[in-house]
Amino acid sequence: MKKLTIIPADTAIDFMGRRKIAFVFSAMLVLASAGLFLAQGLNLGIDFLGGILIEVKTEGSADVGGMRSTLGQLGLGDISLQEFGEPDVVLIRIQRQPGGDEAQQEAVAAVKDTLDLDKEAYRRTETVGPTVGEELREAAIIAVLAAIGAILVYIWFRFEWQFGVAAVVALLHDVISTVGLFSLLQLEFNLATVAAVLTIAGYSINDTVVVFDRVRENLRKYKRLPLPDLFNLSINGTLSRTVMTSLTTLLALVSLYILGGEVIRGFSVALIWGIVVGTYSSIALAVPLLLYLKVYRGAGEEQAEPAGANAEG
Amino acid sequence: MLQFPTWKRTLVLVVCALGLLYAAPNFVANETALWIQSWMPDGGPGKQLSLGLDLQGGAYLLLEVKAEGVVVERLDANIDAVRGALRDARVRYRPAPHIQGNEIVFRILEPERLAEIEALMRSVDPDMVVEAAEDGTFRMRFTEQAAIEIQRRAVGQSIEIVRRRIDETGTREPLIQRQGHNRILVQLPGVEDPERIKDLLRKTAKLTFRFVSDKMSVEEARQRGAPPGYEIVPSADEFQRDYLLERRVIVSGGNLVDAQPSFDENNQPAVSFRFDAVGGQKFGKATQDNVGRLFAIVLDGKVISAPRIRTAILGGSGIITGNFTTQSAADLALLLRAGALPADLVVIEERSVGPGLGRDSIRAGKIASVVGLIAVVVFMAIAYGLFGVLADVALLFNIVLIIAALSALQATLTLPGIAGIVLTIGMAVDANVLIFERIREEVRAGRSPLNAVDAGYKRALTTIIDANLTTLIAASLLFMFGSGPVKGFAVTLMIGIVTSMFTAIMVTRLMVATWLRRRRPAELPI
Repeated sequence: MKKLTIIPADTAIDFMGRRKIAFVFSAMLVLASAGLFLAQGLNLGIDFLGGILIEVKTEGSADVGGMRSTLGQLGLGDISLQEFGEPDVVLIRIQRQPGGDEAQQEAVAAVKDTLDLDKEAYRRTETVGPTVGEELREAAIIAVLAAIGAILVYIWFRFEWQFGVAAVVALLHDVISTVGLFSLLQLEFNLATVAAVLTIAGYSINDTVVVFDRVRENLRKYKRLPLPDLFNLSINGTLSRTVMTSLTTLLALVSLYILGGEVIRGFSVALIWGIVVGTYSSIALAVPLLLYLKVYRGAGEEQAEPAGANAEG
Repeated sequence: MLQFPTWKRTLVLVVCALGLLYAAPNFVANETALWIQSWMPDGGPGKQLSLGLDLQGGAYLLLEVKAEGVVVERLDANIDAVRGALRDARVRYRPAPHIQGNEIVFRILEPERLAEIEALMRSVDPDMVVEAAEDGTFRMRFTEQAAIEIQRRAVGQSIEIVRRRIDETGTREPLIQRQGHNRILVQLPGVEDPERIKDLLRKTAKLTFRFVSDKMSVEEARQRGAPPGYEIVPSADEFQRDYLLERRVIVSGGNLVDAQPSFDENNQPAVSFRFDAVGGQKFGKATQDNVGRLFAIVLDGKVISAPRIRTAILGGSGIITGNFTTQSAADLALLLRAGALPADLVVIEERSVGPGLGRDSIRAGKIASVVGLIAVVVFMAIAYGLFGVLADVALLFNIVLIIAALSALQATLTLPGIAGIVLTIGMAVDANVLIFERIREEVRAGRSPLNAVDAGYKRALTTIIDANLTTLIAASLLFMFGSGPVKGFAVTLMIGIVTSMFTAIMVTRLMVATWLRRRRPAELPI
């Protein structure tokens, strides 16, 4: 049986020779993301801002315009209504009400009284008070920083510091560009998005570790091979696996994006982007960066010995 | 490597068999699963996945007990004691004892009696700190421990009242627990009308019976200020006038033993109630001595009704009339039965999902998982042939094990959790991809099939562990810091990582080893 081969065995792409292109591209990506973030910020969901979100399903197509004008008269500040996936489903977002936690509940009651729909029509009601919003924001920031820190420590422990630095640079690149994508498309950034970002961090490192493992192995094997060639060899050697795994993961995620429903869509977008950019960064960023970080071959042998012994035994 | 010791072979088979057993109840009808479960010991198979509120529908409420108010209330109660003690000691003061922030403040006009009064004040309430300044100013506040204890007790009582109120509504399997020091987490699966529940929870339901003043009219009191011991209380019905009531309470809701919705003589909805022995006696005596006077029924600072006492009410029971609907009478009866909250409750976070959205999410999640699974299975088979098929078998076992683990641990499956399973479907084959790619390389390097497989597994192992541990780190942090649905995602991701390492490394290896030993192929179909 002829098997599908996506990356032929004799692939020898000169990644190192083209590293400058990747660096420029990545630098632009990161700068553009940071610029977007500063210029138009994120479309923060109520998880972080506090506020109200109500999803209703009407009988027949929803009269979004009519609902907007009736709700607008309640004087609840910024109200946004949008069709959500289907013509009879409307997502209502209301800004955080001034006046503390109790004010949110009063606003919800006012909206429900005004809309006057059956209780079955309310598919989802979420309110987040100002205190909880602030706590969730803090917890999200701590979680992301702690994850990056923990991963850095792990890589440091398992490899040498140069690898840890390169891996975290690639990781930050992935995380920042994901935030940039959310800013560009103004997709809602909520708790689930943070979960996606952390998963991306895990996946990105996962990819990087596989290539680094090969780099370390080759450093021990080919003592006199120039580093750029050695890195190219390592990337090409693992390229098939990198592409295969990314493809299977993407297959699953695209299915989730298309079929998983509206609620989970932003989450799927983040993960799909993360897989693509994570794959790219581990090849085009993490390994080439090692070139500038002075990987010592002699020292490397000493440090990596326990792991090597492990693999042989 | 290819010599699989019997114990290892047995372990793999036992784990897979247990996985099938524990996962099975999820593929039969609910009734059948319950029937199986009734035959099983605790912890045995038979449990179905426990679905999160976002999938089965229901309400998640985070309540905050405004416990600081309770401390002020206690201060308020102590003011009377302070005033009484000062009066008994015949000491003059100005200003009179009043509350300032969280302190009772007053100044005595005879500073030479400072030490005497200070000692006296200390005896009023041992939980209070007394500070006396040279000029005769006294500041009294609760010790920090006492304040914390008062609040802690208020939160504990609130949880009890919340539980009783929710039980009265007939919600199945509610989850009510303390969170942090002044929060209550309430999860109500299947609740379709969260607004009603929220209304019930947010009402303090403090009921008092008090006399209406017969000395002074409300208008007079408004102009000249209410006389000491009296206060103006608004009516619950906004079209009614306010009342001037005695502060003194005849009986309070704490003395009620039962309350039921009923109808008054005009067939209007009303609430009938019954006092306990003490309450019945107090109320009986008060009404006996005051026939002809008005008394007010006050709920949460508003007068519901103010009937005239026509005869002494000695039976210990009565009826509250007012502007009720059938529903509001039933709700008030419920609140009175459950008791009053010691402090105000505020909903600080709500996430309610209707059953419709939950059903849609489950259906969409199922379809997405199955389609994703088929895509990955076909892709692996095309890419790696027989080895791909073996990896696919392992992948199926992986999913079975995830479902089994979730069911056995009764971990909550949420919508992001389903996404975690789909993600795992895609990433689970990674370990096998790593191994297969390595085997391909070894074959190209000229090794014999057996050697190549052996080396492939050995060399890929450290990489697999390294790579999975990093994802595990991210997932466990997500578990620690995440809440609700996100936690569900972290749980499935972690379980998925562990099971995928097991199935990719052990299950496929067992299959590959068995196949190699039986066939002894000259060439690997990889």
